[in-house]
Amino acid sequence: MGKYLQIESVGMVFETKKGPFTALEDINLEIAEGEFVSLIGHSGCGKSTLLNLIAGLLKTTDGTMILAEREISGPGPDRGVVFQNHSLLPWLTCFDNVYLAVERVFAGKEDKASLKKRTHEALALVGLTHAEQKYPHEISGGMKQRVGIARALSMQPKVLLMDEPFGALDALTRAHLQDELTRIVGETGSTVVMVTHDVDEAVLLSDRVVMMTNGPAATIGEILHVDLPRPRERLALAAHPRYMALRSEVLKFLYQKQLKVAA
Amino acid sequence: MSVVSLAPAMLKDNSPSASPITPVAANEAQTVQRPKSRSSRVTLGDDGNPLYVRARAPEWTMRVFAMLCGIALFIGAWEILSKTGGGRLPDPVSTWHSAVQLFSDPFYRKGPNDQGIGWNILNSLGRVGIGFGMAAAVGIPLGFMIGRFRFLSDMASPIISMLRPVSPLAWLPIGLLVFKAANPAAIYVIFISSIWPMIINTAVGVRQIPEDYMNVAKVLKLSEWKVFTKILFPAVLPYMMTGVRLAIGVAWLVIVAAEMLTGGVGIGFWVWDEWNNLNVQHIIIAIFTVGIVGLALEQLLIFAARRFNYE
Repeated sequence: MGKYLQIESVGMVFETKKGPFTALEDINLEIAEGEFVSLIGHSGCGKSTLLNLIAGLLKTTDGTMILAEREISGPGPDRGVVFQNHSLLPWLTCFDNVYLAVERVFAGKEDKASLKKRTHEALALVGLTHAEQKYPHEISGGMKQRVGIARALSMQPKVLLMDEPFGALDALTRAHLQDELTRIVGETGSTVVMVTHDVDEAVLLSDRVVMMTNGPAATIGEILHVDLPRPRERLALAAHPRYMALRSEVLKFLYQKQLKVAA
Repeated sequence: MSVVSLAPAMLKDNSPSASPITPVAANEAQTVQRPKSRSSRVTLGDDGNPLYVRARAPEWTMRVFAMLCGIALFIGAWEILSKTGGGRLPDPVSTWHSAVQLFSDPFYRKGPNDQGIGWNILNSLGRVGIGFGMAAAVGIPLGFMIGRFRFLSDMASPIISMLRPVSPLAWLPIGLLVFKAANPAAIYVIFISSIWPMIINTAVGVRQIPEDYMNVAKVLKLSEWKVFTKILFPAVLPYMMTGVRLAIGVAWLVIVAAEMLTGGVGIGFWVWDEWNNLNVQHIIIAIFTVGIVGLALEQLLIFAARRFNYE
């Protein structure tokens, strides 16, 4: 297993009014280049905190994180983040939202035509060429999330971080976007870390599913290798015995070993 | 008391972003609802034919009708008061005639103390424009800084909290003392009284920027300039416009009172002058004029603010 993204004994303690609160403890994880890893766990288990730590939006209180042989010390465009609620700027068109990111990363090295080309390409990748000049409030939730993915990917990040990217979408749109994401990641070979609470989503998309114990002081409980061949077909997998087995592994972890009492 | 705690009262229904219905959405809702409401108002008779169909007037006719009712009631009450008040209050009809006469020649000049009502209004608007413009030029950048930097906010908030409730006219003597002239003193009172809503609303706007937008800025590591032009400024604009609107309201409110004290040419002075002439009709006309100009200013800014509503 390669060491593209290394998370070494990372801990996170928040200072609260009631004293220190240990959210994460002793997290160790190595992610290879091109790998798709899901973080799954009950709400409040700190999976989003871990993602924010990788994104650099939070600073670890313990341990180190290394991405492509450089320590993560703050946020930066080498990590593309797709936020749960899309976080598009409502006063910019879809094109301009993506262009803002492209400009930030490539402005010094490339001319304007090339920046525009990158933006067009990113939006084409998520199938939104027709909506380039629309404003976020003019498009659907699923489309907004696609723009979010396009924005993150347009920076050609070393790792794509997704925080429950499809959590706010209806089931059909979610399934559709999951398939799209599989295709996009297949095309770009991106390294992805995705936070989710959807078992099917985790098994369908991931190479590995990282299951986290309940907080406080959450840590990695088990890691499941999803050895299903790619490309994966949603319909074919639905009745696939291996898929069923993997799925029930995750369910067992969540509902037997880590059953959350009265959530 | 912090600046934030002052704000909700000022923002209440004034924030343009608080209005959830954009004009487009409103149109859609109408076209969808209309057939439904119409069919529900058809009552069938025994033979299955419509017994009666209550035609539903479009909503705006109803609203215009209600407004006309209100105005009629107001004028009626005024008429009754003028008849029963022993003739001290002029009645609506004679006031109307007086107003027609007055506005038929709004721009005459007969010496410094006798000028047309048009000149008086323009002079007042000029003072408001200068005072308010300077307040915007100072208040809005100040609001941005106070909103952005905690330290500045803590520094400014006790002073703002203390000075904001002071009646604008209390500043007039200081203005007269410093400027030694009536006109700049009046402008300075406008400046002082209209600056607070702009500082406070802008600062609140900066603080209300959703965490998500700032996270985008952090993840992209945007430069301060990009953060300002692409995120801060557009996000704050609706709040800022609310502040501007409140400020111009206050400024127009204050100018009448300030001019009463300072004199010169202006609508406030004109009111005082007509009081000295015991021309009550003109005072009433002035009240309506002030009201209508204030309404026009407000509507103009609401119209402008609507352009900056993104959601």
